[in-house]
Amino acid sequence: MRESSSEVKDIRSSSVECRPSPMRQFSQSSLPLNRNYMLSDFCKEHNVQECRSHINQEVSSLGLQPVWTEASGSSEMNIIAVLNCMYDLIQLHHRGLRTLENMEVEQLKTSSNVDFLQLNATHLKEQLELSKRENTGLLERERQLQLKVKTLQNSLKNEKEEVQKLQNIISSRASQYNHEMKRKEREFNKLKERLNQLLVDKKEKKQAIDVLNSIGRADGKRSLWKTVKTEAKHEGEMYKTLLSDYDTRQRELLLENAELKKVLQQMKKDMVSILSSRKNALKEDKHQDAGIQADAEEEEEVFDSSKESVELYCDQAREKLTNNIRLQWRRLKSHVERLDSQASLAQRGENKNSDAVARETHEDEMDGLKLEIQQCKDFIQTQQHLLQQLSSPCDEETASLLSDCFMLQEKERFREEWKSLEEQRKIFERERRNFTEAAIRLSHERKAFEDDRALFLKHQFLSLSPFADTNKPQMTKSKSAFLISKTEASAETAPENLIKCRSGTTSPILRCVQLTPPPTDDLHRTFCLMPDKRSTKPKRKIDHGEESRISLNGNIPVQRKQWNDSEDQNSHSHPKEKTSSI
Amino acid sequence: MNFSEVFKQSNQLCKVSPDGKYLATCVQYRLVVRDVGTLQILQLYTCLDQISHMDWSSDSLFILCAMYKRGLVQVWSLEQPDWHCKIDEGSIGLVSSRWSPDGRHILNTTEFHLRVTVWSLCTKAVSYIKYPKACQKGIDFSRDGCYMALAERRDCKDFVSVFVCDDWHLLRHFETETQDLAGLEWSPNGCVLAVWDSCLEYKVLLYSLDGRLLSTYSAYEWSLGVKSVTWSPSSQFLAIGSYDEKVRILNHITWKKITQFEHPATISNTKAVVYKEVVKRPAVGSDDLSLHNITIGTTLFNTQSKYEICPTPVQLPVVKPDPDRANPKIGVSTVAFSSDSRYLATKNDNMANVVWVWDMQKMSLEAVLEQTSAVRCLQWDPRRPRLAVCTGNTKLYLWSPAGCVSVQVPTEGGFQVQSLNWHCSGDSLILLGKEQLCLCYMDHDQEDK
Repeated sequence: MRESSSEVKDIRSSSVECRPSPMRQFSQSSLPLNRNYMLSDFCKEHNVQECRSHINQEVSSLGLQPVWTEASGSSEMNIIAVLNCMYDLIQLHHRGLRTLENMEVEQLKTSSNVDFLQLNATHLKEQLELSKRENTGLLERERQLQLKVKTLQNSLKNEKEEVQKLQNIISSRASQYNHEMKRKEREFNKLKERLNQLLVDKKEKKQAIDVLNSIGRADGKRSLWKTVKTEAKHEGEMYKTLLSDYDTRQRELLLENAELKKVLQQMKKDMVSILSSRKNALKEDKHQDAGIQADAEEEEEVFDSSKESVELYCDQAREKLTNNIRLQWRRLKSHVERLDSQASLAQRGENKNSDAVARETHEDEMDGLKLEIQQCKDFIQTQQHLLQQLSSPCDEETASLLSDCFMLQEKERFREEWKSLEEQRKIFERERRNFTEAAIRLSHERKAFEDDRALFLKHQFLSLSPFADTNKPQMTKSKSAFLISKTEASAETAPENLIKCRSGTTSPILRCVQLTPPPTDDLHRTFCLMPDKRSTKPKRKIDHGEESRISLNGNIPVQRKQWNDSEDQNSHSHPKEKTSSI
Repeated sequence: MNFSEVFKQSNQLCKVSPDGKYLATCVQYRLVVRDVGTLQILQLYTCLDQISHMDWSSDSLFILCAMYKRGLVQVWSLEQPDWHCKIDEGSIGLVSSRWSPDGRHILNTTEFHLRVTVWSLCTKAVSYIKYPKACQKGIDFSRDGCYMALAERRDCKDFVSVFVCDDWHLLRHFETETQDLAGLEWSPNGCVLAVWDSCLEYKVLLYSLDGRLLSTYSAYEWSLGVKSVTWSPSSQFLAIGSYDEKVRILNHITWKKITQFEHPATISNTKAVVYKEVVKRPAVGSDDLSLHNITIGTTLFNTQSKYEICPTPVQLPVVKPDPDRANPKIGVSTVAFSSDSRYLATKNDNMANVVWVWDMQKMSLEAVLEQTSAVRCLQWDPRRPRLAVCTGNTKLYLWSPAGCVSVQVPTEGGFQVQSLNWHCSGDSLILLGKEQLCLCYMDHDQEDK
């Protein structure tokens, strides 16, 4: 944050420094000129001629009518021509000043715009910084998590190793334990043996049986001597029992088998009956292809062959039997499945009548809505993507982009300025025309005045004579006098105005304010056709506009103060003007 | 249902003769033989010491009384009361004594399982079998009495010896693939011998009579394994109860598992009927409840109880075993087939109050009996699909496919049924209390239901 703000400050300060430089230059260049005019000792008694020629030259170079013509030959200066020339010069100067001020206003606007954009840029940069920080934070977290995972993996590995170790320990202990147990058992056996021996050898308390008289065997037979024969007999008996067991088991199995076979046969019969009925149905159906018919024939064969095989017990017969059963079972299954599907189809058909259409439309609608949702989602995704791209470009890109933007905007601005200047030029043109017309009228009036004077002189001259007629010439005189006073006033106010303006040029803002009033208004003022007080009002209005626009800038207070100062100056200057003009 | 009067007995030594005619009971050092029908005393024998074991010979002619502390065995003849026989094992000691199937030989196992002494009553001959293994069930006779299988331990290896009982001829001797053989049992038809390993390893081995290994079955590894093994009377199934609270049923042809019965704490099987015993105490004033009940035993023990059928799912009480103790009280310890092999009754040790009855035809749970106290003993009627259960209180519980009943034993002084034995006819039942016994006669009408 701090870094970025300082950057911004730098930029602002640099721009502030940069901007006024041409104006200052201008003002500095214009200042000595002003002084020259003020304290001019350009013309003196001895060099009037030279000055005149020089001024003439200068004026002609400016494209104005020369102050006087050589052709006239008179050494007297043509006051009218001089005045005209002066007026022209003053107008030119005003015009120039106004354009300058306009341009400065534009400049201000653009600068404020630039500031605004820079502010924006800083904002964006801040955001960028923020997101970058977030990114780094996330990266850090990811790193930490990875670290955690790694440690967990390590611990898992350790645990596994531990488990392995423990298992090894357990197994080793178990084997050791087994070994010990065996050793103990051996010892125990030895002890038992020894004990047995001791007990057998012991005389005093021997095992004994005390029977009153022996009893006969339960089966009444006598016991036999153990011989090979008896052994063989035992073996034989054992095998006999085993055999009898197997015998009984086989018998049971046979019984079970017979039962199962019966069931199988029953099933077979049922299947055959079902399938044969189906076969007949198929045969009736003409549309069935030949393949199925062949199948059916084969089936028939199967049925025939299977009939005898049931009673056979050899492996082949059994295999055949099971195969047949399997085949038939498969057919039955397919048949049942077909029936099932038919049934379901029929059911569906029934269902269709009632609500099939509704469902279809419903599904269509659903599909459409789903598609729409998908599209919307895509759109949102692309938007997000674009936003992301916008919010996180690299610095060089932004710089280039920004510069491009500035260039374009500047171009635009210049074009607009050009347009306004063009308009102003037109206005000036018109004014000039008006002015020339006025000058023509003036010259006409002057001529009339001249005539009047001539007449008056003649009358005066004649009044000296005995024939006096006073009424008529007086009326004409008063009219022209009024006129002349007006022109004088206008001639006087113009330089006054000029001076004030020049004094104001030290602050660039004043000039731009002076430019803003409509030129016609100015003209009227110069002719004193409008009251002077009114002229301050539009200025104020513009002030407010400027104020509101500039308020975006960082260093407003100073400027505003300047504004106020200049305004004050202006407002002060006008009464002065008035007093001087009156 | 009728009950006899109460007789004295000690050490719960009370047995009906295999032919079903006589009832032998031991009272301290006396042996009393009664007629089952009349309960009249037929014979009275006096032994040398307190009797610790008593058994009938297969022909119901002789009675064996063993006094383990003295290392003595006395044999009495029912036909000849004067006849007597005394076998002294001497200082070698005695831990177990049993009849051979022919009823003419007595097999005594000496202390420390040093040997098995075979005494012949016919010839007074004595023979020894060395290296018998001390285990859950080390000796088993085939049902027909022809063969005896004996577990042996030699050189830290397990062996099985098959003897012909007739003349104690060693028929087969083979090593078994067990770590530590725990037991063996003949199939009822006497052709297959099931051998199982100790609980540390789930392993069941099936040997033919001639010593061939028919099959090996192991359901899982590592955790505690087999807890009980039982053949169905038809030899068709082998039921293996294990520590994982399951019973696995093997078939007799392929020796593969047919199915497994689990014992879940919640019964959601809608086809099974769950009977829950509900106790109703007789109306006693609440103020003197405790004192009254303790002082007067009869009222305490004469509580009424009946079965209620609970709609599934039912949550059964489960006791979690202590994992640090050996022989944890978990897993199926009792597996019993009904005489017709149709039903299987099981008990899971961590649900001691519950008896499970399974249908072997449908291979599904048939009924569940949830008792108020732990089941002590359960036994099938030898003739009918009828299960008798006792839980150490004054009641007898009977289950049959028709239903379930709880019967109060109508005796004075609180007769607590600790154990029970069916008479071979299935008509009566011997109920054993701590020091008493009584007979319970079944009604024929009820049977028909």
